[in-house]
Amino acid sequence: MLDFFVAPFVDYIFLRRALMACLALALGCGPVGVLLVLRRMSLMGDALAHALLPGAAIGFLLGGLSLLAMGCGGFIVGFLVALVAGLISRKTILNEDASFAGFYLISLSLGVLIVSMQGSQVDLMHILFGTILAVDTTSLLIVTGITSFTLCVLALIYRPLIIECFDSGFLRVIGGRGTLYHSLFLILVALNLVATFQALGTLMALGMMMLPAVSSRLWARHVWSLFLLSSFFAVISGYLGLLLSYHEEWPSGPSIILVAGIIYGISLILAPFGILKQQQGAL
Amino acid sequence: MHPSSSSLWSRFRKKHPAIIYDAVKPVSIEIQDLTVQYPQNAVISKLSCDFKAPGLWAVAGPNGAGKSTLLKTMLGLQKFASGGIHFHGLCPCDVAYLAQQNQLDRRFPLTVGDTVAMGLFRQVGLFRRYTKEQREKMQIALDEVGLSSFAKVPLQALSGGQFQRVLFARLILQDAPVILLDEPFTGVDGRTLEDLMKLLHQWVKEGRLVVAVLHHIDLVQEYFPHTLLLARHFFKAGLTKDVVTPENMLAAVAASREWEAEVG
Repeated sequence: MLDFFVAPFVDYIFLRRALMACLALALGCGPVGVLLVLRRMSLMGDALAHALLPGAAIGFLLGGLSLLAMGCGGFIVGFLVALVAGLISRKTILNEDASFAGFYLISLSLGVLIVSMQGSQVDLMHILFGTILAVDTTSLLIVTGITSFTLCVLALIYRPLIIECFDSGFLRVIGGRGTLYHSLFLILVALNLVATFQALGTLMALGMMMLPAVSSRLWARHVWSLFLLSSFFAVISGYLGLLLSYHEEWPSGPSIILVAGIIYGISLILAPFGILKQQQGAL
Repeated sequence: MHPSSSSLWSRFRKKHPAIIYDAVKPVSIEIQDLTVQYPQNAVISKLSCDFKAPGLWAVAGPNGAGKSTLLKTMLGLQKFASGGIHFHGLCPCDVAYLAQQNQLDRRFPLTVGDTVAMGLFRQVGLFRRYTKEQREKMQIALDEVGLSSFAKVPLQALSGGQFQRVLFARLILQDAPVILLDEPFTGVDGRTLEDLMKLLHQWVKEGRLVVAVLHHIDLVQEYFPHTLLLARHFFKAGLTKDVVTPENMLAAVAASREWEAEVG
């Protein structure tokens, strides 16, 4: 029993680092993901995550496979794309989803192109699907730093941010700085995607945010309990995912996201706001 | 002026330089020759009206007649092409506003208490705890809308009428001298309507100005002493019995038809 659940992490330092990284990511991504869901901005998250790719690719060209170089590139390009996509949906007849879909396709193709120009297939796979087992002390510091920053900023702007999520018109009329809080939140999303991207790659970075968040939405009915539960689900996904990938020799990123997916599936069926209970209520 | 209002006013003025404000009481909002233009056409043209506090005004008219646009323009959420909006005796930033209900997510994971407490945001800011006095105020607001024991109830458990009562409790806490309501009674049951109307009349007794956009003309005639009948370039303002007459109603419908024909 102990051998199965604990020994791998005692024996291998790279697994311990990976587990630490998952823990830190879960703490940051949990609340940010919940807010993304509540703001109905899942698509925006998708566009942002994909937009990380060309940025990370440029960082890769300049600095090699280092989280700092790729992370900075990804953050800058991701944030720019989020701003431009938002602007386009406000200024043209295109809806937000259409404008975002357009952007992330362009980003994806551009990113793959840039990486293939310089690097190998392996590099491309690393950037697309992540290398959580290769997390070193520097990346661990970056990830934990981003998480701490995220939690501090969220604590700081919690009240107006929730008001803005629920009723942005109200915040505007009482003179709250809605745009400021919205932009700060976007920065947090981009930062957390950057942090997640080494572990899970650009294609699945959003999974660590969205899956635990939508699962928790089916269980809890307060914003704070959603935050806690979402982080908890993300921790469990990280831990079980790593364990599975070690024992079964599966790739680690997809294993983590799959565990998160299984939690989502269970929640869909069993949770208080899931299918079974809602059916009962309807009868 | 409220102590926190002066900085809010300076920020408001920067964003909306066309809205004028002086501190001379009594409170009123004077609208002169107001024209609001959308890219293709004028929504409101040459509207003049004087809303004086205390007062209970209905803004009525056919669909698409510019009623909601008028409220948004008064709030500074919508730019206007010409004319003027002049606030006397109150800062334009001290206006409370209730948007149409369907714009909110009624399954948002907040409790009734959380939602009502938003009305105190200007006073508590980012971090300050709610004082004992403020908590009492919240409870009184809940009592007034008939939801005394609902503070801990999640929003998603409420009916449409109860949800609207919550938003009214939030308005009570905002304690604003002028309150603008956009279709406040849509999707609300009869009893809630009665209760909320009583609340509106109480606000007017307290000296406030209440302006509500309404769709149903029978509601207007039954409860509202003053009416602004609005249909694009056509408008009539004054006592409801003088304004809501068969001739004026026909003229309003004709004006909005004419406009529809023009736009095609």
